[in-house]
Amino acid sequence: MKGKKIIAKAYLWLVLLVLYAPIAFIVIFSFTEAKSLGNWTGISTQLYQNLFNGSMQNASGLMSAVKNTLLIALAASTMATLLGTVAAIGIYHLHGRKRGVMTFLNNIPMINPDIITGVSLFLLFVFLGISQGYLTVILAHITFCTPYVVLNVMPKLRQMNPNIYEAALDLGATPSQALRKVLVPALRPGMISGFILAFTMSLDDFAVTFFTRGTIGLDTLSTYIYADARKGGLTPELKPLMSIIFLIILVVLLAINIRQSKQQQTKS
Amino acid sequence: MNKRSSWALPYFIFLVLFVVLPLLLIVMYALQDGSGHFTLRNITKFFSDKDALSTFALSIEVAIENTLLCVLIGYPAAYILADNKLNRSAVTVVLFILPMWINALMRTLATAELFNMAGIPLGKGTLLFGMCYDYLPFMIYPIYNQLKKMDPSYAEAAQDLGATPVQVFRKVTLPLSMPGVWSGVMMVFMPTVSTFAISEFLTNNKIKLFGTIIQENINNSMWNYGAALSLIMLVIIGITTFLQGGDQQEEVSGGLI
Amino acid sequence: MAEKDDIIISLDHISKSFGDKKVLDDISLSIKRGEFVTFLGPSGCGKTTTLRLIAGFGKPDEGTVTMEGKVINDIPPYQRKLNTVFQRYALFPHLDVYDNVAFGLKLQKVPEAEIEKRVKKVLKLVSMSDYEDRDVESLSGGQQQRVAIARALINQPRVLLLDEPLAALDLKMRKDMQIELKEMHKKLGITFIYVTHDQEEALTLSDTIVVMNEGKIQQIGTPTDIYNEPVNAFVADFIGESNILKGRMIRDRRVAFIKHEFDCVDEGFGEDVKVDVVVRPEDIYFTNDPAKCQFKAKVNSCTFKGVHYEMWVDTDTGYELMIQDYDPYEVGSEVMLYIDPDDIQVMKKERLANTYAAKVVGEGKAEFLGTEFNCDTTGFAEGDEAVATIRFENVELLDYEKEADLTGNVVFILYMGNHYHLTIKTDNGENIWVDTNDIWDKGDFVGIKILPENIELTKPATGNEQKV
Repeated sequence: MKGKKIIAKAYLWLVLLVLYAPIAFIVIFSFTEAKSLGNWTGISTQLYQNLFNGSMQNASGLMSAVKNTLLIALAASTMATLLGTVAAIGIYHLHGRKRGVMTFLNNIPMINPDIITGVSLFLLFVFLGISQGYLTVILAHITFCTPYVVLNVMPKLRQMNPNIYEAALDLGATPSQALRKVLVPALRPGMISGFILAFTMSLDDFAVTFFTRGTIGLDTLSTYIYADARKGGLTPELKPLMSIIFLIILVVLLAINIRQSKQQQTKS
Repeated sequence: MNKRSSWALPYFIFLVLFVVLPLLLIVMYALQDGSGHFTLRNITKFFSDKDALSTFALSIEVAIENTLLCVLIGYPAAYILADNKLNRSAVTVVLFILPMWINALMRTLATAELFNMAGIPLGKGTLLFGMCYDYLPFMIYPIYNQLKKMDPSYAEAAQDLGATPVQVFRKVTLPLSMPGVWSGVMMVFMPTVSTFAISEFLTNNKIKLFGTIIQENINNSMWNYGAALSLIMLVIIGITTFLQGGDQQEEVSGGLI
Repeated sequence: MAEKDDIIISLDHISKSFGDKKVLDDISLSIKRGEFVTFLGPSGCGKTTTLRLIAGFGKPDEGTVTMEGKVINDIPPYQRKLNTVFQRYALFPHLDVYDNVAFGLKLQKVPEAEIEKRVKKVLKLVSMSDYEDRDVESLSGGQQQRVAIARALINQPRVLLLDEPLAALDLKMRKDMQIELKEMHKKLGITFIYVTHDQEEALTLSDTIVVMNEGKIQQIGTPTDIYNEPVNAFVADFIGESNILKGRMIRDRRVAFIKHEFDCVDEGFGEDVKVDVVVRPEDIYFTNDPAKCQFKAKVNSCTFKGVHYEMWVDTDTGYELMIQDYDPYEVGSEVMLYIDPDDIQVMKKERLANTYAAKVVGEGKAEFLGTEFNCDTTGFAEGDEAVATIRFENVELLDYEKEADLTGNVVFILYMGNHYHLTIKTDNGENIWVDTNDIWDKGDFVGIKILPENIELTKPATGNEQKV
């Protein structure tokens, strides 16, 4: 029994080691000055300083890419959360064929590979003659984020006592008061996890942005990295930037999960 | 009651406009020539284009190999993670899904650099390894979820009826975890076929996958041919989804966090 | 006029359907101020739907709901002066006990000090004073129940609606809460409208019971009325234990059943008329006096039930009866029995046979129950309207679909002492009543077969007169 456990643990750690090797690689080489990855020239925080001072080549390009990434992610995930929550409530109250159709449609953006979503939306914007830029990228991001919000809110609707909305009406709340004071609080955990999921998906997206950003020179972090890498030399300051992003995501995800498992423990 | 079901309406309109209509446009553009006349030329062009066909075949091959690799490496990991006796820590699980949240391009670039540093030439081998590395978390997570929600009394009942641990796994645990495996396959196979930037980085542009040709055609304003290639991809998606047996998506990707 | 002021809620000819299923069919009743009224019936009988119409969650398709003289069909729930205690409580999970109870007052923008005073008072009423800050999900079922009641009462409703409030509690807790509810009703003096499927709960709590089945009111009355004088076999069977038997009214105050004749107190049925008879198991007495003995029987089982013994006896005429008594009688022993005239409840038969509107569709063929049957059509021409009559015992039930004329499900079973009287709902929603010796379970899928010689066609009654 003991031997089995050791083998199991060893396997897990081995896989983790491989998974994290490139990430560790980025983090380690963010602490050296060399231009290209894999070239160690001694410990230095120069790249971090450059990043925060903005004293590097094409600083404005990278900074605006970061700003765009965050703005687009924030706008798209907020809209997706609103749209998805309202939609989930609607779908929850649908029955039979109508519900089947909505579930099917909702699944399409999740099953479609990014490139199909990207190309199809590109064709849509071309067809409708909409000039591509922020608006089209945000709309495209809402398209692939909303299904995940719907999926995160749905279980909360199922867990919810179906009578609490009516209980609020019964106690004198108007429908809009019942929505704000009872329904939204009950769905909030699902909305929050849906929002976070949407936000990170938007942050991470490359293909859809690539096809819907148009030709106005709009760059997000992903498209910036892509263009940079195609040019041959990766901006060295990307390494500290990615390290910081990685650290933030690690802390947020661990915090959420530890809090969740604690809650589950106190409940049981 | 009926009032609240109408809340689905805005999203329905949104989906029609931004999902259904765009997909129909792929079909429309695929069946038109540059001046908007109906034609099958784009489709026949693909089937008579040796380069495109071999890229397509290679993409499918890489995708199948990558998916198999992910299952082979991912299933044991998911199994260990879901087993209460072997793993008690929720943090380990988080560590496994965490790479999903890191920018894929950046990770891929770093992987390619790692190969460079180790002196391994970029080619099909590195492509497979890098892809597997990119998509492994997407395989582990749904399998883990499926195993985790399985009632342990099934395995106990099998043991009680005389099954050895190996038989328990083969006859009970494995069949019951198949829905998780299938949704993992869906989350790995299609993206692998269609990936473009990742394959460029991992092979230094030596190997082109199907996604890359779609991208090149669209970027070079060959919309109709690009749309035709996308349509072929859509057909494959349709077939795999159908083979996979519908939409378990609702349950599996329900709570990625 | 004084009489009218006394009515707080009335329902007039209410009907309601969901899809093509009619869940309420012409419901009318009036509820007096301060009354404790219970809607009682099996699941799906329409009792909860009725309550929801009163609360405002849904509108009747036909008819009016009136409260304090005003029609409230179109008034939304949040403007109705009544509050509901929901099935499974529906407490707001994100609010603590205090905020749950204060919810209604906060909406009305009552000053904070006043809210606090009233919350404290109502929590005291339900004995939950020390729980103000508790998370509602950490409370036991009984405690959640009390909070739900407090939350509904704080708005000082004129009517409190309770939808199976005790269903989720265990037996002991349920009994305690019954007593508390009763006391609360007395203390508050407001109208309680209560929904339950538990007949004992209804008998314990209510001033008035409304027995419902299949969307129709079966009987309205006090608990004693309903128990002692059920108007039909359904009510007799649903409320308490009973022996329900076929009988024949010989003349006023004299009735025959189980092939014996008995004195009774019922009059006005006519002479030599078929009736149903209900005798409660505690109303059949044992005697040692041959002069008192009305019939003999043999004990075939005897089970101790806590306070009394429950015995099944076979009468000398071949019927099975249930008897409850404080003293046990040995299995196999011969006993002498009698029934007081007071304890025999005679009911008019709801129907004597199955009758359906039929249409002759050809030589030897008639259509009814949505199917074509072979039968004797002598004296009828094609296209004629007719009435098809089939005796209960002539309907054959099969446990397979093949050879069956149509199919349906067993929805109600009545044991009549020596045979079962079943209600079968056919797939297109019509009822067929069947007498059989075979044992079926509620919900069973059955094939129905009617032989041609058992279908009797008659001319439809002329004018407005309908079938009896």
